[in-house]
Amino acid sequence: MTDIARMQSASIVPPAPRIERVPLILFGALAIAPFLAALSGAEGYVLSLLCRVMIFGLAALSLDLILGYGALVSFGHAAFLGIGGYAVGILASHGMEDALVQIPVALAASGLFAAITGTISLRTKGVYFIMITLAFGQMLFFLATSLAAYGGDDGLTLPSRSLLAGTTILKNDRVFYGFCFICLLGVYVLAREIVSSRFGRVLRGAKENPTRMEAIGFHPFRFQLLAYVISGMMAGLAGVLLANQAEFISPSFMTWQRSGELIFMVVLGGLGSLHGAIVGAAAFLLLEEFLPEILHLASFMLSSDLQSRLVENWKMVFGPVLILIVLFVRGGIMGLVPGGRHD
Amino acid sequence: MTKPLLELRNLRKNYGALIVTDDVSLSVPEGEVHAIIGPNGAGKTTLIHQISGLAPSGSGQVLFDGQDITGLRLHERARRGLARSFQITSVLPGFSALENVALAVQARSGSSYRLFGNAAREPDLNGPAMECLNLVGLGSRSHVLAGLLSHGEKRQLELAIALATEPKLLLLDEPLAGTGHEESRRVVEVLRRLRSRTTILLIEHDMEAVFSLADRISVLVYGRLIATGTPEQIRHNPEVRAAYLGEEEMA
Repeated sequence: MTDIARMQSASIVPPAPRIERVPLILFGALAIAPFLAALSGAEGYVLSLLCRVMIFGLAALSLDLILGYGALVSFGHAAFLGIGGYAVGILASHGMEDALVQIPVALAASGLFAAITGTISLRTKGVYFIMITLAFGQMLFFLATSLAAYGGDDGLTLPSRSLLAGTTILKNDRVFYGFCFICLLGVYVLAREIVSSRFGRVLRGAKENPTRMEAIGFHPFRFQLLAYVISGMMAGLAGVLLANQAEFISPSFMTWQRSGELIFMVVLGGLGSLHGAIVGAAAFLLLEEFLPEILHLASFMLSSDLQSRLVENWKMVFGPVLILIVLFVRGGIMGLVPGGRHD
Repeated sequence: MTKPLLELRNLRKNYGALIVTDDVSLSVPEGEVHAIIGPNGAGKTTLIHQISGLAPSGSGQVLFDGQDITGLRLHERARRGLARSFQITSVLPGFSALENVALAVQARSGSSYRLFGNAAREPDLNGPAMECLNLVGLGSRSHVLAGLLSHGEKRQLELAIALATEPKLLLLDEPLAGTGHEESRRVVEVLRRLRSRTTILLIEHDMEAVFSLADRISVLVYGRLIATGTPEQIRHNPEVRAAYLGEEEMA
């Protein structure tokens, strides 16, 4: 018996992971983009747009960790963007402008908020979980609007981007781009590591069949809570970057519509692949940015009056396009790429 | 007689006015294969739920290995060595057969809060998991997704998962339900091999299997245990014969 097991165990180690194309192309493109941007003549615009793509990619990726691997539909994830953003804004307004202070504070605050709200919301399931995370998100939104000392409704303009170890290098757009890139890549690698770890396997198992997991001795709640905290901290980091990118922070960072957009990005890109979430965020933001122009070009045969109305109401096209992709492309954009899904 | 591994004391449960478990007391000594039989709707599955912790009991006690576990939940009981299978097959369909079992090994070996290191490549998890798969005869199917296995194979997989937790007591809720003749022969064969490793409490409708496997049999009718004894005693018990009259032919 044991001999058979030993003989077989040699062949049961899965083959070495091949290098996956999609993340390689994705991060490769993001790495060379700044060089192309320098040639485009609109470097500032391109860099700022791509920074937003990476920051929202990071936030969507953090959501995919619990949504795609844990089936936890958090409808309040934008709250963590807000926590990260306000950590930067509030600390900066008290003279603490260094990212090396702001980031740990943002992560700690996001983690704490996730631990408290997660402990409560994870006791519910399905639509109740969605509603309770939404409620916590809204609570934080209204708290932010009432923070008169920090701008209240109007928000807070940052004096400048965060310092990095006392230097002002993040004020350079290229350096800031590189900083966002490293954050995104680092979190992506970390998340990949987590989902294939022992912990990640329990999380994935609890998504498939929680009763089965309990019957072999796992309490899914604890694993889901830890995943929720990790996810919240990742989104908090995205909030730090977003505040720096915009050099501004306001309650609009954490509206429930923003939470909805994050879910949409994940579903659009394809649930449960991590890089799919980044692709989804990119598709969402780039469509939002360029759809009016595409419509303008595509409707050249219409009268100029109709043309301008169409362009003005580009969201009438944007919505259906997103819905059609989600409806007809199983697995989102990743579902279109052969081998785009790795599990 | 060896000490009882599992002891039920005056266990009750009701759904509203409907009494589903009525004052059940039972003791299963270590090493025994104990079968619970009874007509449909007798409350057999509910009783298994109460023993495994999936459903709370109205009153009474469940003692396992000398300790009162009545207030413990499913996962806590599993950690103490109480494994169960389900009447409706319950596996992780998106995981390979091997990973299904390896997760059960993981549950009892080392921390599952490790965030690094690929769990699918841990030989310490895959080795014992493979051993369990071989034991139930699924060794050659280890890489197939559990959702793609045949129904009989899923039942075998459930046994492998339960075994991998190294249980003191195996609770099996109709391990032969829905299996074909060939498949059920294979599962019975597996159960026969397991009896030397662990104590088994099973519910089963297949009388042929029950009477050939069980050391002792209890008969549950309308939530009440009407008889407990060896297969021979049960076969000749007039009350049992009455309860089953017109239901099924006793083997």
